[in-house]
Amino acid sequence: MSTETTTPSAGQAGQRKAPAGERVADWADGRLGIYGLAKANMRKIFPDHWSFMLGEVALYSFIIIILTGVYLTLFFQPSMNEVVYHGPYEPMQGIRMSEAYASTLKISFEVRGGLLVRQIHHWAALIFLAGMFVHMMRVFFTGAFRKPREVNWLFGFLLFVLGMFTGFTGYSLPDDLLSGTGVRFTQGAILSVPIVGTYISMFLFGGEFPGHDFVARFYSIHILLLPGIMLGLLVAHLILVFYHKHTQFAGPGKTNKNVVGMPLLPVYMAKAGGFFFLVFGIIAIISAIATINPIWALGPYRPDQVSTGAQPDWYMGFAEGLVRVMPGWEIVFWGHTLNLGVFIPLVLFGLVLSLPAVYPFLESWITGDKREHHILDRPRNAPTRTALGVAWITAYFIGLVGGGNDLWATHFHLSLNAISWFVRIFFFAGPVIAFIVTKRICLGLQRRDRDKVLHGRETGIIKRLPHGEFVEIHEPLSPGQLHTLTAHEQYKPVELGPEVDENGVKRKISPVQKVRAKLSKGYFGENNQIAKPTAEEYKEISEGHGHH
Amino acid sequence: MSSQQIPEDNLPVVQETAHGAVEGTDDPFADPGLPAHKPRIQDLDERAANRSERAVAFMFVLSMLSTVGFIAAYVIFPVDKIVYIWPFGHVSALNFSLGLTLGFALFFIGAGAVHWARTLMSDVEVPAERHPIEAPAEVKAQVMADFKAGAQESAIGRRKLIRTTLFGALALVPLSGVVLLRDLGPLPEKKLRSTLWAKGKLLVNMNTMEPLRPEHVAVGSLTFAMPEGLEEDAHDFQSQIAKAALMIVRIEPDDIKDKRQRDWAHEGIVAFSKICTHVGCPISLYEQQTHHVLCPCHQSTFDLSDGARVIFGPAGHPLPQLRIGVNSEGNLEALGDFDEPVGPSFWERG
Amino acid sequence: MKKLSARRRHPLAAVVVLLLALAATGGLYAAFAPAGKAQADETAQSLAIDEGKKLYTVGCASCHGTGGQGTTDGPSLVGVGSAAVDFQVGTGRMPAQQPGAQVPKKKVIYTQAEIDQLAAYVASLGAGPITPNDKQVDPAGADVAKGGELFRNNCAQCHNFTGKGGALTKGKYAPDLEGVSPKHIYEAMQTGPQSMPSFPDTTMPEQQKKDIIAYIQTVNGEETASPGGLELGGLGPVSEGLFAWIFGLGALVAIAIWVAAHTAKAKKS
Repeated sequence: MSTETTTPSAGQAGQRKAPAGERVADWADGRLGIYGLAKANMRKIFPDHWSFMLGEVALYSFIIIILTGVYLTLFFQPSMNEVVYHGPYEPMQGIRMSEAYASTLKISFEVRGGLLVRQIHHWAALIFLAGMFVHMMRVFFTGAFRKPREVNWLFGFLLFVLGMFTGFTGYSLPDDLLSGTGVRFTQGAILSVPIVGTYISMFLFGGEFPGHDFVARFYSIHILLLPGIMLGLLVAHLILVFYHKHTQFAGPGKTNKNVVGMPLLPVYMAKAGGFFFLVFGIIAIISAIATINPIWALGPYRPDQVSTGAQPDWYMGFAEGLVRVMPGWEIVFWGHTLNLGVFIPLVLFGLVLSLPAVYPFLESWITGDKREHHILDRPRNAPTRTALGVAWITAYFIGLVGGGNDLWATHFHLSLNAISWFVRIFFFAGPVIAFIVTKRICLGLQRRDRDKVLHGRETGIIKRLPHGEFVEIHEPLSPGQLHTLTAHEQYKPVELGPEVDENGVKRKISPVQKVRAKLSKGYFGENNQIAKPTAEEYKEISEGHGHH
Repeated sequence: MSSQQIPEDNLPVVQETAHGAVEGTDDPFADPGLPAHKPRIQDLDERAANRSERAVAFMFVLSMLSTVGFIAAYVIFPVDKIVYIWPFGHVSALNFSLGLTLGFALFFIGAGAVHWARTLMSDVEVPAERHPIEAPAEVKAQVMADFKAGAQESAIGRRKLIRTTLFGALALVPLSGVVLLRDLGPLPEKKLRSTLWAKGKLLVNMNTMEPLRPEHVAVGSLTFAMPEGLEEDAHDFQSQIAKAALMIVRIEPDDIKDKRQRDWAHEGIVAFSKICTHVGCPISLYEQQTHHVLCPCHQSTFDLSDGARVIFGPAGHPLPQLRIGVNSEGNLEALGDFDEPVGPSFWERG
Repeated sequence: MKKLSARRRHPLAAVVVLLLALAATGGLYAAFAPAGKAQADETAQSLAIDEGKKLYTVGCASCHGTGGQGTTDGPSLVGVGSAAVDFQVGTGRMPAQQPGAQVPKKKVIYTQAEIDQLAAYVASLGAGPITPNDKQVDPAGADVAKGGELFRNNCAQCHNFTGKGGALTKGKYAPDLEGVSPKHIYEAMQTGPQSMPSFPDTTMPEQQKKDIIAYIQTVNGEETASPGGLELGGLGPVSEGLFAWIFGLGALVAIAIWVAAHTAKAKKS
């Protein structure tokens, strides 16, 4: 197909014939304009930091999931038609089951490598969600969500939420006893929705639970609808990362107007490309050595059967925990039932989950800062934000404990009921404690940084002075270190101003402004951040006392 | 809400100096600029660089060998071969070997590439300039002008009738899609209010598929039953058993605290719905000493000696009881359907 | 009475008494002697009961009462049967160290012969489930798949899909079934020890118990295959999630640190 372009160049006598690769590129450029794109991106600079690769863990797991998922669709039968099993797995001989379950057994026991691909698919899914989680935490704690990246933060948040539901629908497909129990829970939760719950349930399941439709319907949601949306969001997410250029930590030579690192070609091509293979390799090795979701041991789904230890995959464990520890409140009024025991946790789940989504907007409202930020905060230098983040994580993990309360009970010889009560109390108290503790730790670290800047690094070398006094030698920091430790921004709290204006008239201060001033004080007021050392302080100490 | 409420001088100074040492400043914390690049051993010593090259090539070769191993394992091991491998246990030889060879084949490509990048590619850190995301004022002015011109030419502002009807049409057209979803399922009607149980239906033991008799049910035992006439190969078996599943225990009549429960029992044999009233898990962790029954999903606990009332957990109301008796042949039979909907609560339950 | 005493000197009185005595003896024998058992067994049995009673008095009576009638510390043993004793003592649950919500399995301190004697004594207090013989509990030839279905219907709700155990209320739990002998599994189903309900032969016939035993041995035995690799406790998504976080993400973060770290610089020479 390249004759058209090669013929004239070949005909140009006396000119060096361009190498084949270049000719192909020329051909493509004539149609796609790739040189323009490559000019902007080929030597794009990326900074090096291990925590910047957490997002790549998620990205690569997603690609692995798509690759293995396509393979699985070649063998999986998304059907709830009942069959009697006559395959090689003896404990299922002659058992009635859906075709979905039977085909999953077939993938596990008859398709060579099918079990491996299934396990890679599922392990990658768990790691995908975990990768997104820690990536989000990295972005949160370093303040990388600030302008201009708020929209990309929302894209990432949506990817996490959609990832949860994609994972959940996939978990439900084999129609085994564990996942069926999870689907039953979903149906019960849907029923608890006021007014429309029963209708949604009937429409989703094509009638009464479990019906004959949900596997096929979840299948198209799992392999088409949700991944399609996610793929779109993912591409947008990556385009924005390229467009905004990556953030970087403060350091010598690093400013808000540049990005310091190594070029995409070749270093990042090799590092990021290589990291894809590393992630895939690790997940394949995990799938070789550790079982995940051994559906053959679980049995086919029957709505009248159940096993103890019925848990969802980890990313739904938070919701599960909330549902488990909720007291059984139910209100009956005017012939209607409001199942608060299910509905409140459902709403709470959504609320707690969406807190991170709105946080960037809350923080920029409090700071009033509308400038671009490309230099990352060290978590300690934003103590209130860091403390809020840790409080959120604490609530999340206490919810996870609740989700696994039966296993905590059996493995730590505790009472199930006591753990439920622990979660009920500490879902509220835990974040408060975590907030206070984290903030104190951050402030302590800030003080240490201040001391380090002013007095230098403790060398551990003890010197005895002529008059017998022992002193530890403090080594002054290098200019680079001094700059790094003092590069962070410190906001002043918002002042409301005097209550009365210069004419003695009482100023109108809206309650919203008062709230904002309060919050601002909580973030940046006295005792909520340690003032970084000033040049004057530094000079006074370093010139006045010598350097110990 | 807007930023003008905060004076600009309240915001901290953002480090915006370009890279490069700031000369002539007496600020001890000034940015000293990018540190000079320090060479790696490989940059100075050709032998070290050659060693790195060999290491990278070695990893790529390992990857190739692993892929060969993968194909070999695929051919050699039968799919059902189980081998004991410490410490993993009795595992599938095929899964284990395929996974490890595939894993190593991929891992060593990655490790080789990264080692190559780390040791042999340039590691000089270079800065790239950032440009503000916001468009300059003149670009914005141009865009606004263009937009106005376009809007003007379309006359959408002037011809309000067009605008209004267009919005109306766009707002209505998605309704077709919503309407099309109607046949996803039937309307709820009274479907959730009734089960297969009816007067005279025998209680069939789900183990033996025989009708249960009172003398079969011992104190302290646990039995599950389904209504007579429900066949496991029936098309709607799953949906029916999801409502009709029954849990049968026998309690000394004197130990039953709830009067209605005693009346609806037969000589202490009580039949409760097996479906939890919380979200519908089959609940059956029956503790025969305390007569408590626990749901394995969310730990709702019911007291079967006291009308199955909720004593712990998120369930909102007791398990429905089925009224049972004995027919002329001495078999246990239902004396009607449950008098309330079984399973999780729903809006119309009342 | 007058009539009876008036006739006791009757010439045929001795014959009648003899006949009555014979009938009583024979009837008692017929009533008590198990079919096909020799007289020697009878004495062995009563001997076992005596020995069992001695063991009982020393090891059990403090909680269960001197006659097995039960006290505040332990339930009555009248009618629990020999199978219950064989299970409780044979798995080391009894004698209990302390009364509590649940008495755990521990080292067995009696020999099987002593357990049999104890069982014989307790069985003599009142009729109850009898210790099964080897043939009754032998899972050979049983239907594993049917056992699996029965297991999921009757047992999995407390003991987990493959019998790994699970939590009950207030610190009680259903134990892991790995390594439990077929006889003890059978006895547990028969007698319903502690919190566990019983599954008597009337609702779950002997053959079905064998099927269940066969299933447990297939899916939760020493030799059970776990084709996918490490079983991770067989506990489902919780241990899988922990594994993914600790080993999966842990390994990947370690690798990321290596990828992003600066390569060692040449030392200044």
